[in-house]
Amino acid sequence: MTFNQIMFALFSFMIVVFSILTVTSRKILRAAVYLLVVLVSSAGLYFMLNYQFLAAVQLTLYAGGIVVLIIFSILLTSHISQRFEPVGWKKSLFSALAVITGAILSVITILDYKFSATTEAAKEIDMKLIGKSLLSVGNDGYVLPFEVISILLIAAMVAAIVIAKKGGPKKTGSQTLNP
Amino acid sequence: MMNTGIPLQYFLVLATIMFFVGVYGFLTRRNLITILMSVELILNSVNINLLAFNRYLYPHKLEGLFFSLFVIAVAASEAAVAIAIIINIYRRFTTINVENVNEMKY
Repeated sequence: MTFNQIMFALFSFMIVVFSILTVTSRKILRAAVYLLVVLVSSAGLYFMLNYQFLAAVQLTLYAGGIVVLIIFSILLTSHISQRFEPVGWKKSLFSALAVITGAILSVITILDYKFSATTEAAKEIDMKLIGKSLLSVGNDGYVLPFEVISILLIAAMVAAIVIAKKGGPKKTGSQTLNP
Repeated sequence: MMNTGIPLQYFLVLATIMFFVGVYGFLTRRNLITILMSVELILNSVNINLLAFNRYLYPHKLEGLFFSLFVIAVAASEAAVAIAIIINIYRRFTTINVENVNEMKY
């Protein structure tokens, strides 16, 4: 076994185990920390695939941004020591059945398909190339999705502020809602 | 290349497992924040898929890299809006359990 294979085995083991813990843990803050481990492990996989820029984005945006946002909202909305009620056996059984069926079908399809790689030489991906293609309109340009995503980000920011804003003209508590 | 000795199928099977674990969480969880975490798992598995395809099958192109970048941006804005909605729901109903939140404002 080479070093790469050992690292891949380690990362994939951590991803699988901590994903399952994320969706089954009965303490919500622990679930968030397990999600953090999954995201950091996938950043390691991106490093193995030689995409350093995307691994850095994953670490800063996912592990640094989204997980912190989730943990903040957990602290705002639930008690730390609160445990979830266990899932009913019927629901968990049928969900597991559906999920395992889907996973087996997908894995069979993947292992059956003959992937054919191109023979062209790999391109060296550095920051200069990424920045140039992000803003170019030419053959390898991605300026249209870039603009769309910037509009989406502005819309999401405004929407988050407007939705989470307190009060307004109507001061409705939880009592006045159910007359 | 750094990833010698690992077939493409390993990455795809790993992403499949992660995706379906996320689907399982989405189906069984009853708390809005944990449902959001399951969605993040699903989006992350798609990113692994895109990057593995890009590296193994089309190493002279950049599609997978940029589309996973855009997926990350969409996931970030989705998390921001979802958490704003969750906080608003908590303020109104004092719970974020999906079974207790069953009426809209109007």
